[in-house]
Amino acid sequence: MAITAANSLYIRRRSRNIVAKTLAYAATAFGLGWLVLILGVLLYNGIGGLSLDVFTQNTPPPGSAGGLQNAIVGSIAMTALAIVIGTPIGVLAGTYMAEYGRHDRLASIVRFINDILLSAPSVVVGLFVYEVMVAPMGHFSGYAGSVALAVIVIPVVVRTTEDMLRLVPDTLREAAASIGLPRAHMILRIAYRAARAGIVTGILLAVARISGETAPLLFTALNNQFFSVNMNAPMPSLPVVIFQFALSPYEEWQKLAWTGALLITVTVLALSILARSLTARKQ
Amino acid sequence: MSMNSHDVATVSTPKVTHAAIDTASLGEKVSIRNLEFFYGDTRALKNINLSLYANKTTAFIGPSGCGKSTLLRILNRMYDLYPGQRATGQVLFDGENLLDASVDINLLRARIGMVFQKPTPFPMSIYENIAFGIRLYEKLPRAEIDARVESALRRAALWDEVKDKLTASGLGLSGGQQQRLCIARTVAVKPEVILFDEPCSALDPISTAKIEELIDELKQDYTIVIVTHNMQQAARVSDFTTFMYLGELIEFGNTATLFTTPRDKRTQAYITGRFG
Repeated sequence: MAITAANSLYIRRRSRNIVAKTLAYAATAFGLGWLVLILGVLLYNGIGGLSLDVFTQNTPPPGSAGGLQNAIVGSIAMTALAIVIGTPIGVLAGTYMAEYGRHDRLASIVRFINDILLSAPSVVVGLFVYEVMVAPMGHFSGYAGSVALAVIVIPVVVRTTEDMLRLVPDTLREAAASIGLPRAHMILRIAYRAARAGIVTGILLAVARISGETAPLLFTALNNQFFSVNMNAPMPSLPVVIFQFALSPYEEWQKLAWTGALLITVTVLALSILARSLTARKQ
Repeated sequence: MSMNSHDVATVSTPKVTHAAIDTASLGEKVSIRNLEFFYGDTRALKNINLSLYANKTTAFIGPSGCGKSTLLRILNRMYDLYPGQRATGQVLFDGENLLDASVDINLLRARIGMVFQKPTPFPMSIYENIAFGIRLYEKLPRAEIDARVESALRRAALWDEVKDKLTASGLGLSGGQQQRLCIARTVAVKPEVILFDEPCSALDPISTAKIEELIDELKQDYTIVIVTHNMQQAARVSDFTTFMYLGELIEFGNTATLFTTPRDKRTQAYITGRFG
Protein backbone atom coordinates (compact mmCIF):
# COMPACT_ATOMS: atom_id res chain seq x y z
CA MET A 1 0.00 0.00 0.00
CA ALA A 2 1.38 3.38 -0.95
CA ILE A 3 1.70 5.82 1.91
CA THR A 4 -0.34 8.96 1.23
CA ALA A 5 -0.98 12.18 3.12
CA ALA A 6 -4.32 10.66 4.14
CA ASN A 7 -2.57 8.02 6.25
CA SER A 8 -4.23 8.31 9.66
CA LEU A 9 -1.04 7.72 11.66
CA TYR A 10 0.69 10.38 9.65
CA ILE A 11 -2.14 12.88 10.14
CA ARG A 12 -2.07 12.35 13.89
CA ARG A 13 1.70 12.74 14.00
CA ARG A 14 1.53 15.89 11.94
CA SER A 15 -1.14 17.50 14.09
CA ARG A 16 0.78 16.68 17.25
CA ASN A 17 3.82 18.27 15.69
CA ILE A 18 1.87 21.46 14.99
CA VAL A 19 0.60 21.60 18.59
CA ALA A 20 4.11 21.08 20.02
CA LYS A 21 5.61 23.69 17.73
CA THR A 22 2.95 26.23 18.63
CA LEU A 23 3.49 25.66 22.36
CA ALA A 24 7.26 26.04 21.96
CA TYR A 25 6.89 29.31 20.07
CA ALA A 26 4.36 30.60 22.60
CA ALA A 27 6.69 29.78 25.52
CA THR A 28 9.57 31.55 23.79
CA ALA A 29 7.43 34.60 23.08
CA PHE A 30 6.22 34.63 26.69
CA GLY A 31 9.78 34.54 28.06
CA LEU A 32 11.14 37.10 25.64
CA GLY A 33 8.09 39.28 26.19
CA TRP A 34 8.94 39.88 29.84
CA LEU A 35 12.52 40.67 28.92
CA VAL A 36 11.43 43.23 26.36
CA LEU A 37 8.97 44.66 28.87
CA ILE A 38 11.70 45.02 31.52
CA LEU A 39 14.04 46.71 29.08
CA GLY A 40 11.20 48.92 27.86
CA VAL A 41 10.21 50.07 31.37
CA LEU A 42 13.87 50.68 32.23
CA LEU A 43 14.41 52.77 29.13
CA TYR A 44 11.15 54.66 29.60
CA ASN A 45 11.88 55.57 33.23
CA GLY A 46 15.63 55.77 33.13
CA ILE A 47 16.56 57.50 29.91
CA GLY A 48 14.94 60.78 30.94
CA GLY A 49 17.34 61.13 33.84
CA LEU A 50 20.38 60.38 31.74
CA SER A 51 22.59 63.44 31.46
CA LEU A 52 26.17 64.45 32.01
CA ASP A 53 25.26 65.28 35.62
CA VAL A 54 24.74 61.60 36.32
CA PHE A 55 28.45 61.03 35.78
CA THR A 56 29.80 64.26 37.30
CA GLN A 57 27.60 64.87 40.35
CA ASN A 58 27.46 62.86 43.53
CA THR A 59 24.33 61.39 45.06
CA PRO A 60 22.23 64.31 46.32
CA PRO A 61 20.55 64.84 49.67
CA PRO A 62 16.77 64.43 49.51
CA GLY A 63 15.02 67.13 47.60
CA SER A 64 17.89 68.36 45.44
CA ALA A 65 19.40 67.40 42.11
CA GLY A 66 22.53 65.32 41.71
CA GLY A 67 24.14 62.38 39.96
CA LEU A 68 25.59 58.97 40.58
CA GLN A 69 29.31 59.69 40.20
CA ASN A 70 30.35 58.34 43.62
CA ALA A 71 28.24 55.21 43.16
CA ILE A 72 29.64 54.55 39.69
CA VAL A 73 33.22 55.03 40.86
CA GLY A 74 32.61 52.84 43.91
CA SER A 75 31.06 50.10 41.80
CA ILE A 76 33.95 50.16 39.34
CA ALA A 77 36.57 50.13 42.11
CA MET A 78 35.01 47.24 44.04
CA THR A 79 34.23 45.22 40.91
CA ALA A 80 37.79 45.70 39.63
CA LEU A 81 39.35 44.62 42.92
CA ALA A 82 36.98 41.65 43.15
CA ILE A 83 38.05 40.53 39.67
CA VAL A 84 41.73 41.03 40.55
CA ILE A 85 41.28 38.83 43.63
CA GLY A 86 38.90 36.26 42.18
CA THR A 87 40.28 35.67 38.69
CA PRO A 88 43.70 34.22 39.55
CA ILE A 89 42.20 31.96 42.21
CA GLY A 90 39.42 30.86 39.90
CA VAL A 91 41.65 30.26 36.90
CA LEU A 92 44.20 28.31 38.96
CA ALA A 93 41.55 26.16 40.63
CA GLY A 94 39.90 25.50 37.26
CA THR A 95 43.30 24.58 35.85
CA TYR A 96 43.88 22.14 38.68
CA MET A 97 40.57 20.44 38.01
CA ALA A 98 40.91 20.25 34.23
CA GLU A 99 44.62 19.52 33.94
CA TYR A 100 46.20 18.09 37.07
CA GLY A 101 43.36 16.64 39.07
CA ARG A 102 41.44 15.08 36.23
CA HIS A 103 41.62 11.61 37.73
CA ASP A 104 41.69 12.69 41.39
CA ARG A 105 38.83 12.27 43.79
CA LEU A 106 39.70 15.67 45.22
CA ALA A 107 38.79 17.31 41.92
CA SER A 108 35.28 15.89 41.93
CA ILE A 109 34.84 16.99 45.54
CA VAL A 110 36.04 20.49 44.66
CA ARG A 111 33.71 20.54 41.64
CA PHE A 112 30.76 19.57 43.82
CA ILE A 113 31.53 22.26 46.40
CA ASN A 114 32.15 24.80 43.67
CA ASP A 115 28.74 24.09 42.18
CA ILE A 116 27.15 24.69 45.58
CA LEU A 117 29.04 27.96 45.89
CA LEU A 118 27.93 28.86 42.37
CA SER A 119 24.30 28.74 43.38
CA ALA A 120 24.69 29.98 46.96
CA PRO A 121 22.41 32.95 47.72
CA SER A 122 24.55 36.08 47.58
CA VAL A 123 23.08 37.36 50.83
CA VAL A 124 24.79 34.43 52.56
CA VAL A 125 28.09 35.51 51.06
CA GLY A 126 27.46 39.04 52.37
CA LEU A 127 26.75 37.78 55.88
CA PHE A 128 29.83 35.56 55.77
CA VAL A 129 32.14 38.43 54.86
CA TYR A 130 30.42 40.61 57.46
CA GLU A 131 31.29 38.00 60.06
CA VAL A 132 34.92 37.44 59.02
CA MET A 133 35.91 40.96 57.94
CA VAL A 134 33.51 43.74 58.88
CA ALA A 135 32.94 42.67 62.49
CA PRO A 136 36.64 42.14 63.36
CA MET A 137 37.66 45.35 61.56
CA GLY A 138 34.93 47.25 63.30
CA HIS A 139 33.69 49.10 60.24
CA PHE A 140 32.22 48.61 56.78
CA SER A 141 34.67 48.99 53.91
CA GLY A 142 35.21 48.81 50.17
CA TYR A 143 37.70 46.01 50.79
CA ALA A 144 35.04 43.91 52.47
CA GLY A 145 32.71 44.62 49.54
CA SER A 146 35.37 43.51 47.08
CA VAL A 147 36.04 40.32 49.01
CA ALA A 148 32.32 39.50 49.06
CA LEU A 149 32.13 40.06 45.31
CA ALA A 150 35.31 38.01 44.79
CA VAL A 151 33.68 35.08 46.60
CA ILE A 152 30.94 35.27 43.97
CA VAL A 153 33.46 35.60 41.12
CA ILE A 154 35.55 32.57 42.04
CA PRO A 155 33.03 29.76 41.37
CA VAL A 156 31.98 31.32 38.06
CA VAL A 157 35.58 31.54 36.85
CA VAL A 158 36.47 28.08 38.20
CA ARG A 159 33.57 26.57 36.30
CA THR A 160 34.21 28.27 32.97
CA THR A 161 37.97 27.74 33.15
CA GLU A 162 37.52 24.04 33.79
CA ASP A 163 34.88 23.67 31.08
CA MET A 164 36.93 25.57 28.52
CA LEU A 165 40.15 23.67 29.26
CA ARG A 166 38.24 20.41 28.96
CA LEU A 167 37.21 21.44 25.46
CA VAL A 168 40.88 21.53 24.45
CA PRO A 169 41.38 18.17 22.77
CA ASP A 170 43.73 15.69 24.42
CA THR A 171 45.44 15.23 21.06
CA LEU A 172 46.73 18.79 21.38
CA ARG A 173 48.11 17.99 24.84
CA GLU A 174 49.76 14.87 23.45
CA ALA A 175 51.19 16.85 20.54
CA ALA A 176 52.71 19.34 22.99
CA ALA A 177 54.12 16.47 25.07
CA SER A 178 55.47 14.82 21.92
CA ILE A 179 57.98 17.61 21.34
CA GLY A 180 59.09 17.37 24.94
CA LEU A 181 57.08 20.20 26.44
CA PRO A 182 56.74 19.85 30.22
CA ARG A 183 53.16 19.87 31.47
CA ALA A 184 53.25 23.32 33.08
CA HIS A 185 54.48 24.82 29.81
CA MET A 186 51.90 22.89 27.86
CA ILE A 187 49.16 24.40 30.02
CA LEU A 188 50.57 27.93 29.91
CA ARG A 189 51.49 28.10 26.28
CA ILE A 190 49.16 25.68 24.50
CA ALA A 191 46.07 24.91 26.56
CA TYR A 192 45.49 28.49 27.81
CA ARG A 193 46.02 29.80 24.33
CA ALA A 194 43.51 27.36 22.87
CA ALA A 195 40.98 28.12 25.61
CA ARG A 196 41.69 31.85 25.92
CA ALA A 197 38.47 33.17 24.41
CA GLY A 198 36.37 30.92 26.62
CA ILE A 199 38.24 31.78 29.81
CA VAL A 200 38.02 35.52 29.10
CA THR A 201 34.32 35.07 28.44
CA GLY A 202 33.94 33.46 31.85
CA ILE A 203 35.64 36.42 33.49
CA LEU A 204 33.42 38.88 31.60
CA LEU A 205 30.34 36.95 32.68
CA ALA A 206 31.60 37.10 36.27
CA VAL A 207 31.92 40.89 35.93
CA ALA A 208 28.37 41.01 34.61
CA ARG A 209 27.18 38.83 37.46
CA ILE A 210 28.70 40.94 40.26
CA SER A 211 27.96 44.36 38.79
CA GLY A 212 24.34 43.95 39.78
CA GLU A 213 24.82 42.31 43.18
CA THR A 214 23.24 44.22 46.05
CA ALA A 215 22.92 41.87 49.00
CA PRO A 216 26.65 41.12 49.51
CA LEU A 217 27.44 44.84 49.47
CA LEU A 218 24.73 45.85 51.96
CA PHE A 219 26.55 43.97 54.71
CA THR A 220 30.08 44.83 53.68
CA ALA A 221 30.64 48.11 51.82
CA LEU A 222 27.37 49.57 53.07
CA ASN A 223 26.99 52.92 51.32
CA ASN A 224 28.37 56.43 51.31
CA GLN A 225 26.60 59.60 50.26
CA PHE A 226 29.91 61.22 49.42
CA PHE A 227 32.64 60.66 46.93
CA SER A 228 35.27 58.28 48.29
CA VAL A 229 38.10 56.29 46.84
CA ASN A 230 39.23 55.10 50.25
CA MET A 231 38.60 51.38 50.09
CA ASN A 232 39.13 51.07 53.82
CA ALA A 233 35.96 53.07 54.42
CA PRO A 234 32.30 52.52 53.56
CA MET A 235 31.85 52.79 49.81
CA PRO A 236 28.85 53.56 47.64
CA SER A 237 27.85 51.32 44.75
CA LEU A 238 25.19 51.50 42.06
CA PRO A 239 23.11 48.53 43.23
CA VAL A 240 22.97 49.71 46.85
CA VAL A 241 22.15 53.28 45.79
CA ILE A 242 19.38 51.94 43.56
CA PHE A 243 18.07 49.89 46.48
CA GLN A 244 18.08 52.89 48.80
CA PHE A 245 16.78 55.47 46.31
CA ALA A 246 14.09 53.31 44.75
CA LEU A 247 12.50 52.70 48.15
CA SER A 248 12.66 56.37 49.14
CA PRO A 249 9.69 58.74 48.90
CA TYR A 250 11.73 61.40 47.06
CA GLU A 251 11.08 61.82 43.37
CA GLU A 252 14.67 62.87 42.47
CA TRP A 253 16.03 59.79 44.19
CA GLN A 254 13.55 57.50 42.46
CA LYS A 255 14.50 58.99 39.11
CA LEU A 256 18.20 58.45 39.80
CA ALA A 257 17.47 54.85 40.80
CA TRP A 258 15.87 54.21 37.42
CA THR A 259 18.85 55.78 35.66
CA GLY A 260 21.27 53.68 37.71
CA ALA A 261 19.32 50.52 36.88
CA LEU A 262 19.48 51.43 33.21
CA LEU A 263 23.26 51.96 33.45
CA ILE A 264 23.82 48.55 35.06
CA THR A 265 21.58 46.81 32.55
CA VAL A 266 23.32 48.43 29.58
CA THR A 267 26.74 47.51 31.05
CA VAL A 268 25.73 43.89 31.59
CA LEU A 269 24.24 43.75 28.11
CA ALA A 270 27.44 45.16 26.59
CA LEU A 271 29.58 42.67 28.52
CA SER A 272 27.40 39.78 27.40
CA ILE A 273 27.59 40.88 23.78
CA LEU A 274 31.37 41.23 24.08
CA ALA A 275 31.60 37.76 25.64
CA ARG A 276 29.44 36.30 22.87
CA SER A 277 31.45 37.90 20.10
CA LEU A 278 34.67 36.59 21.65
CA THR A 279 33.46 33.00 21.62
CA ALA A 280 31.80 33.41 18.23
CA ARG A 281 35.05 34.57 16.66
CA LYS A 282 36.75 31.53 18.14
CA GLN A 283 34.38 29.20 16.32
CA MET B 1 39.37 -0.80 8.28
CA SER B 2 37.50 -3.59 6.61
CA MET B 3 39.03 -5.18 3.61
CA ASN B 4 37.50 -5.57 0.21
CA SER B 5 38.61 -7.38 -2.90
CA HIS B 6 40.13 -4.25 -4.41
CA ASP B 7 42.51 -3.86 -1.47
CA VAL B 8 43.63 -7.45 -1.67
CA ALA B 9 44.47 -7.12 -5.33
CA THR B 10 46.64 -4.08 -4.64
CA VAL B 11 48.30 -5.63 -1.64
CA SER B 12 49.46 -8.67 -3.50
CA THR B 13 51.28 -6.43 -5.99
CA PRO B 14 52.85 -3.61 -3.93
CA LYS B 15 53.79 -0.59 -6.04
CA VAL B 16 57.18 -0.30 -4.40
CA THR B 17 59.04 -3.54 -3.99
CA HIS B 18 61.91 -3.28 -1.58
CA ALA B 19 65.01 -5.31 -2.19
CA ALA B 20 65.69 -8.03 0.37
CA ILE B 21 67.69 -6.59 3.26
CA ASP B 22 70.36 -8.35 5.21
CA THR B 23 69.50 -7.56 8.84
CA ALA B 24 73.06 -8.20 9.99
CA SER B 25 74.26 -5.06 8.23
CA LEU B 26 71.65 -2.83 9.91
CA GLY B 27 72.08 -0.56 12.89
CA GLU B 28 69.65 -1.40 15.68
CA LYS B 29 68.17 1.89 16.91
CA VAL B 30 65.51 0.54 19.26
CA SER B 31 65.39 -2.90 20.76
CA ILE B 32 62.19 -4.04 22.43
CA ARG B 33 62.61 -6.96 24.83
CA ASN B 34 59.97 -8.93 26.71
CA LEU B 35 57.67 -5.93 26.65
CA GLU B 36 54.30 -6.17 28.36
CA PHE B 37 51.74 -3.42 28.68
CA PHE B 38 48.76 -3.02 30.98
CA TYR B 39 45.71 -0.75 30.94
CA GLY B 40 44.80 -1.20 34.58
CA ASP B 41 44.44 -4.97 34.86
CA THR B 42 44.05 -5.58 31.14
CA ARG B 43 47.15 -7.01 29.50
CA ALA B 44 47.28 -5.22 26.17
CA LEU B 45 50.70 -6.32 24.93
CA LYS B 46 52.14 -9.76 25.49
CA ASN B 47 55.85 -10.43 25.45
CA ILE B 48 56.84 -8.25 22.53
CA ASN B 49 60.35 -8.67 21.12
CA LEU B 50 61.25 -6.47 18.19
CA SER B 51 64.10 -4.47 16.67
CA LEU B 52 63.70 -1.12 14.91
CA TYR B 53 66.52 -0.35 12.53
CA ALA B 54 68.18 3.00 11.93
CA ASN B 55 67.22 4.82 8.74
CA LYS B 56 64.54 2.29 7.95
CA THR B 57 60.78 2.50 8.05
CA THR B 58 58.99 -0.11 10.11
CA ALA B 59 55.22 -0.46 9.78
CA PHE B 60 52.91 -1.88 12.45
CA ILE B 61 49.81 -3.47 10.97
CA GLY B 62 46.98 -5.52 12.40
CA PRO B 63 43.25 -5.37 13.09
CA SER B 64 41.76 -2.73 15.40
CA GLY B 65 42.60 -3.35 19.04
CA CYS B 66 45.64 -5.50 18.25
CA GLY B 67 47.94 -3.17 20.22
CA LYS B 68 49.85 -1.50 17.41
CA SER B 69 49.09 2.05 18.58
CA THR B 70 49.76 1.02 22.16
CA LEU B 71 53.18 -0.26 21.13
CA LEU B 72 53.93 2.97 19.28
CA ARG B 73 52.92 5.11 22.26
CA ILE B 74 55.30 3.21 24.52
CA LEU B 75 58.24 4.30 22.39
CA ASN B 76 57.90 7.94 23.52
CA ARG B 77 56.20 7.07 26.80
CA MET B 78 53.04 8.90 25.77
CA TYR B 79 51.12 6.51 28.01
CA ASP B 80 52.73 8.28 30.99
CA LEU B 81 50.18 11.09 30.58
CA TYR B 82 47.47 8.77 31.79
CA PRO B 83 47.17 7.05 35.15
CA GLY B 84 46.73 3.30 35.41
CA GLN B 85 48.85 2.48 32.38
CA ARG B 86 52.19 0.72 32.79
CA ALA B 87 54.79 -1.14 30.81
CA THR B 88 57.22 -3.86 31.92
CA GLY B 89 60.23 -5.28 30.12
CA GLN B 90 62.81 -3.28 28.24
CA VAL B 91 62.83 -0.82 25.39
CA LEU B 92 66.48 -0.09 24.65
CA PHE B 93 67.03 3.16 22.79
CA ASP B 94 70.68 3.40 21.81
CA GLY B 95 71.30 0.90 24.61
CA GLU B 96 69.43 2.77 27.35
CA ASN B 97 66.15 1.40 28.71
CA LEU B 98 63.65 4.18 28.10
CA LEU B 99 61.15 2.60 30.47
CA ASP B 100 63.45 3.40 33.42
CA ALA B 101 61.91 5.82 35.88
CA SER B 102 65.14 7.83 35.78
CA VAL B 103 64.76 8.69 32.08
CA ASP B 104 64.00 12.37 31.51
CA ILE B 105 60.75 12.05 29.68
CA ASN B 106 60.85 15.46 28.00
CA LEU B 107 64.32 14.92 26.61
CA LEU B 108 63.27 11.47 25.46
CA ARG B 109 60.34 12.96 23.56
CA ALA B 110 62.60 15.54 21.98
CA ARG B 111 64.67 12.64 20.62
CA ILE B 112 61.67 10.52 19.62
CA GLY B 113 59.12 12.70 17.87
CA MET B 114 55.53 11.83 17.02
CA VAL B 115 52.97 12.70 14.36
CA PHE B 116 49.36 11.96 15.22
CA GLN B 117 46.31 10.61 13.47
CA LYS B 118 44.54 13.94 13.43
CA PRO B 119 46.60 17.02 12.56
CA THR B 120 47.35 18.90 15.78
CA PRO B 121 48.72 22.35 14.94
CA PHE B 122 49.22 24.55 18.00
CA PRO B 123 46.89 27.56 18.24
CA MET B 124 49.52 29.98 16.94
CA SER B 125 51.03 31.16 13.68
CA ILE B 126 52.61 28.79 11.15
CA TYR B 127 56.03 30.24 11.96
CA GLU B 128 55.50 29.94 15.72
CA ASN B 129 54.31 26.34 15.39
CA ILE B 130 57.81 25.44 14.21
CA ALA B 131 59.90 27.98 16.13
CA PHE B 132 58.20 27.01 19.38
CA GLY B 133 59.79 23.57 19.43
CA ILE B 134 63.20 24.86 18.36
CA ARG B 135 63.29 27.44 21.16
CA LEU B 136 62.55 24.77 23.74
CA TYR B 137 66.03 23.36 23.41
CA GLU B 138 68.18 25.91 21.65
CA LYS B 139 68.89 29.58 22.24
CA LEU B 140 69.43 30.88 18.74
CA PRO B 141 69.54 34.32 17.13
CA ARG B 142 66.41 35.23 15.20
CA ALA B 143 68.04 34.77 11.80
CA GLU B 144 69.06 31.23 12.64
CA ILE B 145 65.60 30.36 13.87
CA ASP B 146 64.21 31.76 10.62
CA ALA B 147 66.57 29.48 8.72
CA ARG B 148 65.61 26.47 10.82
CA VAL B 149 61.91 27.18 10.33
CA GLU B 150 62.41 27.42 6.59
CA SER B 151 64.42 24.23 6.42
CA ALA B 152 61.86 22.32 8.50
CA LEU B 153 59.03 23.56 6.29
CA ARG B 154 61.01 22.64 3.16
CA ARG B 155 61.69 19.26 4.67
CA ALA B 156 57.95 18.77 5.09
CA ALA B 157 57.30 19.97 1.52
CA LEU B 158 55.20 22.82 2.84
CA TRP B 159 57.46 25.84 2.36
CA ASP B 160 56.22 26.87 -1.09
CA GLU B 161 52.62 26.81 0.07
CA VAL B 162 53.09 28.86 3.25
CA LYS B 163 56.17 31.06 2.74
CA ASP B 164 54.00 34.15 2.12
CA LYS B 165 51.76 33.61 5.13
CA LEU B 166 54.05 32.49 7.91
CA THR B 167 52.28 34.78 10.38
CA ALA B 168 48.85 33.33 9.58
CA SER B 169 47.34 30.85 12.03
CA GLY B 170 48.32 27.22 11.61
CA LEU B 171 44.66 26.35 12.12
CA GLY B 172 43.74 28.00 8.81
CA LEU B 173 45.59 25.43 6.71
CA SER B 174 43.92 22.47 5.02
CA GLY B 175 44.04 19.08 6.73
CA GLY B 176 46.92 17.83 4.59
CA GLN B 177 48.87 21.05 5.07
CA GLN B 178 48.26 20.91 8.83
CA GLN B 179 49.63 17.39 8.92
CA ARG B 180 52.75 18.46 7.03
CA LEU B 181 53.06 21.40 9.45
CA CYS B 182 53.04 18.86 12.28
CA ILE B 183 55.74 16.86 10.52
CA ALA B 184 57.78 20.05 10.11
CA ARG B 185 57.28 20.82 13.80
CA THR B 186 58.51 17.35 14.72
CA VAL B 187 61.48 17.53 12.36
CA ALA B 188 62.49 21.00 13.63
CA VAL B 189 63.27 19.61 17.08
CA LYS B 190 65.82 17.30 15.38
CA PRO B 191 64.70 13.96 16.74
CA GLU B 192 66.35 10.66 15.92
CA VAL B 193 63.19 8.61 15.62
CA ILE B 194 59.82 9.74 14.26
CA LEU B 195 56.66 7.86 15.19
CA PHE B 196 53.67 8.16 12.87
CA ASP B 197 50.31 7.12 14.34
CA GLU B 198 48.04 6.56 11.34
CA PRO B 199 49.16 9.90 9.88
CA CYS B 200 46.97 9.73 6.78
CA SER B 201 43.71 8.34 8.10
CA ALA B 202 42.11 11.79 8.17
CA LEU B 203 43.49 12.90 4.79
CA ASP B 204 42.40 12.77 1.18
CA PRO B 205 44.34 10.60 -1.33
CA ILE B 206 46.46 13.44 -2.73
CA SER B 207 47.56 14.62 0.72
CA THR B 208 48.17 10.99 1.63
CA ALA B 209 50.48 10.54 -1.35
CA LYS B 210 52.43 13.65 -0.32
CA ILE B 211 52.86 12.42 3.25
CA GLU B 212 53.96 8.99 2.06
CA GLU B 213 56.52 10.55 -0.23
CA LEU B 214 57.78 12.57 2.71
CA ILE B 215 58.10 9.54 4.95
CA ASP B 216 60.17 7.87 2.27
CA GLU B 217 62.54 10.86 2.15
CA LEU B 218 62.71 11.32 5.92
CA LYS B 219 64.13 7.88 6.53
CA GLN B 220 67.47 9.02 5.12
CA ASP B 221 67.95 10.94 8.34
CA TYR B 222 65.58 9.32 10.81
CA THR B 223 64.36 6.00 12.02
CA ILE B 224 60.70 5.83 11.13
CA VAL B 225 57.89 3.83 12.71
CA ILE B 226 54.41 3.99 11.26
CA VAL B 227 51.15 2.54 12.48
CA THR B 228 48.66 2.11 9.70
CA HIS B 229 45.30 0.52 9.04
CA ASN B 230 45.99 0.67 5.38
CA MET B 231 47.93 -2.31 4.13
CA GLN B 232 48.79 -0.79 0.77
CA GLN B 233 50.31 2.09 2.67
CA ALA B 234 52.43 -0.25 4.75
CA ALA B 235 53.50 -1.98 1.54
CA ARG B 236 54.32 1.33 -0.12
CA VAL B 237 56.28 3.11 2.59
CA SER B 238 57.92 0.55 4.82
CA ASP B 239 61.05 -1.57 4.70
CA PHE B 240 59.91 -3.83 7.50
CA THR B 241 56.44 -4.80 8.59
CA THR B 242 55.21 -6.09 11.91
CA PHE B 243 51.91 -7.91 12.02
CA MET B 244 50.20 -7.81 15.41
CA TYR B 245 47.14 -9.63 16.60
CA LEU B 246 45.42 -9.59 20.03
CA GLY B 247 48.37 -7.94 21.73
CA GLU B 248 50.92 -10.33 20.31
CA LEU B 249 53.56 -9.81 17.69
CA ILE B 250 52.77 -12.49 15.14
CA GLU B 251 55.23 -11.82 12.40
CA PHE B 252 58.04 -9.42 11.62
CA GLY B 253 59.90 -9.30 8.37
CA ASN B 254 60.96 -7.60 5.25
CA THR B 255 57.84 -5.86 3.93
CA ALA B 256 57.97 -7.44 0.48
CA THR B 257 58.43 -10.90 1.95
CA LEU B 258 55.73 -10.48 4.57
CA PHE B 259 53.15 -9.38 2.03
CA THR B 260 54.01 -11.98 -0.59
CA THR B 261 54.96 -15.06 1.42
CA PRO B 262 53.74 -14.67 5.01
CA ARG B 263 54.88 -17.48 7.27
CA ASP B 264 52.01 -17.33 9.75
CA LYS B 265 48.50 -18.33 8.75
CA ARG B 266 47.02 -15.37 10.68
CA THR B 267 49.21 -12.92 8.79
CA GLN B 268 48.11 -14.46 5.56
CA ALA B 269 44.47 -14.34 6.61
CA TYR B 270 44.78 -10.65 7.52
CA ILE B 271 46.60 -9.46 4.44
CA THR B 272 44.29 -11.34 2.14
CA GLY B 273 41.32 -9.73 3.86
CA ARG B 274 39.82 -12.73 5.58
CA PHE B 275 39.56 -10.80 8.84
CA GLY B 276 40.29 -7.36 10.13
